Amino acid sequence: MYSKDGEQYFIVDAHIALWDGSARNLKNVHGKQFIDCFYDYHKNLSPAEVVWPYDEYTYYGGDRLMKDLFTDGYVDHAIFQPARLADFYHNGFGQTEEAWALTQAHPDKLTYNHYFDPRDEQAGLDQLRLDAERFGLKGVKLYTADWHGDSRGYKLSDPWTYRYMEACRELGITNIHVHKGPTIRPLDRDAFDVADIDAVATDFTDLNFVVEHCGLPRLEDFCWIATQEPNVHAGLAVAMPFIHTRPRYFAQIIGELLYWVGEDKIQFSSDYALWTPKWLIEKFVDFQIPEDMTEYPQLTTDVKKKVLGLNAAAMYGIEVPPELAIKIPAEPEAEVAVGASA
Amino acid sequence: MSVPLLQADVLSAVTAALSTVRDPELDESIVDLGFVRQTSVVDGHAEVRLRLPTYFCAPNFAYLMVADAYDAVSSVPGIHTTTVLLEDHMNSAEINAGVASRAGFVGSFGPEATGELDDLRLTFQRKAHTACLERACQLLIAAGWSVDGLASAHLSDLPKSEQRSSLLRRRGDIGLSVAEDAALFVDDCGEPVPAEQVPMRLRFARAVRVSIDGNAHFCRGLLTTRYPDAVADQKPLRPGQEAI
Repeated sequence: MYSKDGEQYFIVDAHIALWDGSARNLKNVHGKQFIDCFYDYHKNLSPAEVVWPYDEYTYYGGDRLMKDLFTDGYVDHAIFQPARLADFYHNGFGQTEEAWALTQAHPDKLTYNHYFDPRDEQAGLDQLRLDAERFGLKGVKLYTADWHGDSRGYKLSDPWTYRYMEACRELGITNIHVHKGPTIRPLDRDAFDVADIDAVATDFTDLNFVVEHCGLPRLEDFCWIATQEPNVHAGLAVAMPFIHTRPRYFAQIIGELLYWVGEDKIQFSSDYALWTPKWLIEKFVDFQIPEDMTEYPQLTTDVKKKVLGLNAAAMYGIEVPPELAIKIPAEPEAEVAVGASA
Repeated sequence: MSVPLLQADVLSAVTAALSTVRDPELDESIVDLGFVRQTSVVDGHAEVRLRLPTYFCAPNFAYLMVADAYDAVSSVPGIHTTTVLLEDHMNSAEINAGVASRAGFVGSFGPEATGELDDLRLTFQRKAHTACLERACQLLIAAGWSVDGLASAHLSDLPKSEQRSSLLRRRGDIGLSVAEDAALFVDDCGEPVPAEQVPMRLRFARAVRVSIDGNAHFCRGLLTTRYPDAVADQKPLRPGQEAI
């Protein structure tokens, strides 16, 4: 929980990781470049005083995670969204066993989502059923640009993905977090294109699709889909740290999202350990749309409470103490696109 | 009788040629973005070394920039042979070899690609046009035009400005009229947008512009984190872009 100026905020960090990008886990140069790329994101967009040394960043372990999120970081509940990257790392990037042990030790604070890869076809489908039972899965994280043998990515509209979605529906895995990356087969198509999310959201209206980094770098296409599909949500991973380096630009992103997607369908995340939640939360609560940007309405306290935790808590059934809910009656809402927050 | 070209003149002509090459996704010059690490000319042979913000930058856009740089430099008078090398990228080998042998995208990537990149390029040229149209409309709105009134605006209504020249260039890229009496607010195919659709189209165009600008912020920042000396090479595109 975070308190400021007499207001209390319930915090759900909807996208965190416990990764191992250290030298012992690297399979090849791609794994080294992947963690280096993460570190560049971290260094480029973090305030200087919270930049980690490289070696700590490549592997940090459960104790540091608990401290950064819950002791120092105001987070009430956090959700693991692991990436497999089996072609880059001996033991994968997301550390399944370690994250799961931590989740079992702190079930009130942590939720473990797992991944699947439709290119594993039937064997992966069988594994998904086992994983759903073992982890009690409510959600999955899909990284569509993961390398897999000769393949450099997949689409949600692929036939095998549909079979996995049908299994998710049957198994009660209702929250599908989608992360678009730079590669996809065939390579001549736009890998960041979000049109496949439109297709699958239309065909699986009983599943929620949370699009990480709110579709960036295809924000406009994501917004266009999200305003028409009530089950498409925006995850703020990667967009959040702009609040420090480019606050005027952050204002435009959040302004566009509130207009097109609506205040009930935007979820905060630090993308830990890309960034740490403490400074992001402090800055977001203090944040306001600059006065000269008259095209965007001011952010209300209710909007901040929803984004920082209440929206994700509702999606995951996380209990929120009554005193941390929004004001009744709610603050007046701003003008939004037809379909936003439907 | 032709006058021998001075080495320095050829080098500056090569740099000028490179500055016409744009990152298709960001709609900015690769020179202004700091993507050109080194350029040299020796005895009519040009060598250009390019760098990108990450090892994983999308291979299709990376290929377009390398191929466009090769074409631009090869056309400079005094240049007889050209080498363009993309450094530190997951597909450096395929792209560098493919461009050098003029293999095309399919020839460079084999079964991983099913077609050339013309459609992809057009998609992003259209996005660039939409973003420039939005900037031009904001200029008119600031001068007193109503949003609804934009449907009746013509290119002649746009005062001489960075917004105007940017828009005209993007219209030219996708084959739209640049005549003074041409309608300003047109769709991707040049059809005038009816007045009742203009507010929503303008709203969407703003999201396109915010998306492209945001991507540019990321890429510029990541480039200078990856290559600190790139700071000196980057030029801001417009006044008003926040400092890094």
